Amino acid sequence: MKFLDYAPAPESQALLNLKSDYGLFINGDFTAGRGTPFQTINPATEQQIAMIATANEADVDAAVSAARHAYDGVWSRLSGSDRGKYLFRIARLVQERARELAVAETLDNGKPIKETRDVDIPLVAAWFFYYAGWADKLDHAGAGPNPASLGVAAQVIPWNFPLMMLAWKIAPALAAGNTVVLKPAETTSLTALLFAEILQQADLPAGVVNIITGDGSTGQALVDHPGVNKVAFTGSTAVGRSIARSIAGTEKKLSLELGGKGANIVFDDAPIDQAVEGIVRGIFFNQGHVCCAGSRLLVQESIHDDVIDRLKQRMQTLRLGDPLDKNTDIGAINSAEQLARIRELSDLGQQEGAERWSADCVIPENGFWFAPTIFTNVSTSHRIARDEIFGPVLSVLTFRTPAEAIAKANNTPYGLSAGIWSDKGSRILAVADKLRAGVIWANTFNQFDPSSPFGGYKESGYGREGGRQGLAAYLKPAVRSGSRSIVAAPATTPETKKSASAKKAAK
Amino acid sequence: MNRLAIPKTYKLYIGGKFPRSESGRVYEVLSHKGAFLANAAKGSRKDARDAVVAARSALGGWAGATAFNRGQVLYRIAELLEGRRVQFIDEITSCEGVTAAVASAQVDEAIDRWVWYAGWADKYVQVAGNANPVSGPFFNLSVPEPTGVVAIIAPQGGESLIGLVSAIAPALVAGNTVVVVANENAPLSAISLSEVLATSDVPGGVVNIVTGSPAEIAPWLASHADVNALDLVGAGNLDWVELQISAADTLKRVLPPESGADAAAPELSRILAFTELKTVWHTKAIL
Repeated sequence: MKFLDYAPAPESQALLNLKSDYGLFINGDFTAGRGTPFQTINPATEQQIAMIATANEADVDAAVSAARHAYDGVWSRLSGSDRGKYLFRIARLVQERARELAVAETLDNGKPIKETRDVDIPLVAAWFFYYAGWADKLDHAGAGPNPASLGVAAQVIPWNFPLMMLAWKIAPALAAGNTVVLKPAETTSLTALLFAEILQQADLPAGVVNIITGDGSTGQALVDHPGVNKVAFTGSTAVGRSIARSIAGTEKKLSLELGGKGANIVFDDAPIDQAVEGIVRGIFFNQGHVCCAGSRLLVQESIHDDVIDRLKQRMQTLRLGDPLDKNTDIGAINSAEQLARIRELSDLGQQEGAERWSADCVIPENGFWFAPTIFTNVSTSHRIARDEIFGPVLSVLTFRTPAEAIAKANNTPYGLSAGIWSDKGSRILAVADKLRAGVIWANTFNQFDPSSPFGGYKESGYGREGGRQGLAAYLKPAVRSGSRSIVAAPATTPETKKSASAKKAAK
Repeated sequence: MNRLAIPKTYKLYIGGKFPRSESGRVYEVLSHKGAFLANAAKGSRKDARDAVVAARSALGGWAGATAFNRGQVLYRIAELLEGRRVQFIDEITSCEGVTAAVASAQVDEAIDRWVWYAGWADKYVQVAGNANPVSGPFFNLSVPEPTGVVAIIAPQGGESLIGLVSAIAPALVAGNTVVVVANENAPLSAISLSEVLATSDVPGGVVNIVTGSPAEIAPWLASHADVNALDLVGAGNLDWVELQISAADTLKRVLPPESGADAAAPELSRILAFTELKTVWHTKAIL
């Protein structure tokens, strides 16, 4: 160990009490899946953590009917305040078992323990707290008085924030009075199954939440199931498209949170050191496995060299390695497939003429790793400026004027996130107005909060998660009766010219 | 001796101008009794695409106009429609075979819907957006913005003027621009409405009206990559599931077909259907 090196500081796994096999969580109990079980591995070591069940179509059917039964028999009849109380219970149980969940998440996903401990799991608890309070206040959610729940919600979530995505999906659905069948991503099912144990501790009525595991075909069967009233999906734009096609012509309500290619715009008056921290947070947080990552850096030409120098300097201090180590900044890439995709696109970036630079770090022998990397001299037509890489790879482009920055930022079919770095408030407001993205961070990046709506424009999907608007995805207005014409409604009959003159004539 | 009347040539309305269909095609519009009323332009794929180009180029100005200004313009439409009610009653009577009183009630309702929606222009943001109390030193605001270019299949049955107005007015409130395929059998009030729009300070390209066969034109709009949203309110008799599948390729926002007298009834939710919620986090200094 050299002077100023950090000693290893791994978080203990002792508080984990994992099973060797996990079944499906249907109707309040764990049951064996009828498909072929698969292993879930630690992407930092490639060691098996546990065996996970696969739900086949019959299992999907059982889960949906359990959810339907619970909806008809229990959940839709429960008062809002009682639904809220269950959600408060869940929030508290998540807090109580936070450390255990953080360790399990890091083990299964490969992300650093400091992120699961300080971001993922606290946000899970916060999400349940926030929506717990909504359950008995739905009249104020924006769908009019006495809004109705939708029924059974099918929810399919990705591997980048496994438990957090679960919370984003389940909390508003239950608060609004729906029941749920959720399918976690194939590579990150573990914490969802620990969460199922929490539901048992909370004594949530059986069938209100069902968790079924498996690969994409399980998700497809769930989405296509005719007993489902609502589909909520977070993941790639390609899969989102196919879901949008498959629900066409049905009554199913759909919300999609898909890919992104976020622009992080740094103006010449920005506080550079803070901007550099924001760039790092934007693209290297969670190994860049973030749909709203700031994967395109748009830096004003006059400060390009300065920003890149300081960025490289900062990147040299990022610590890549054991995700359970409390000092680790960059953990493991979640899967071999994802690593292959990051490598392929990065190689393509080099072939297309962009200049590649990676932080100098030791790559562990086992597991899936990718050093933090930036590409300079990137042009807007390069694949690395257009395709979502979903890894710790930043493409740097330059601009001269605010108008050029806006045009380049919007030059993508995606529209999920963007960042603006400037000391000038009026410029921030004007640029924020013109960016076609659902979430914009001014002098910050990658901030999340249960009260703050999140979701995309354009091909980044539709619907919002978080905030009051996040409830709308799980509610419909009360059925209205009678004519809805403006003229015929007696209380609001406007005085037309005709009737006015008729009155005059009557006098 | 009776004066010989001057019949009107009914054309398309694209980019603020009144072109004939580039295809040169027309189709006969008949009265409810089967008598010849007019040759309407039979819009083509190219016309639809031209209309999308016009809608896209008008978007920046209309979306960027102040909410107060959009409200004023929409109200102006109501004013001018009021002034030309005789013409609309006449066309509705001959196309739909209803009495003048019934046609007059339809025009009343159409005018009042413009007024109702005009009033929303500077209010819907307040109702649908809000500040968010996030945990941290941030000023955080969510506001709805227009989705972009909206393609609409206008209601094909029932009251042609109300159907058209009810479909386009809510999309315009937020600052979207629209391409609308008119009622195929009763297109006259759509074409006459375009004359009202052209003189109501509605910038050219904000509303584009294509007459012709929805079955022929709708697929090109549903698959057009520069269309952001698709309102299938009047597509109930088309193969609308195919249209929805086609719209999924670019993840367009889609509203399903509606039928009956309450189709596209005036509601805030129709405005919000074609908006996108933008949330901006502003860092606060720590003092």
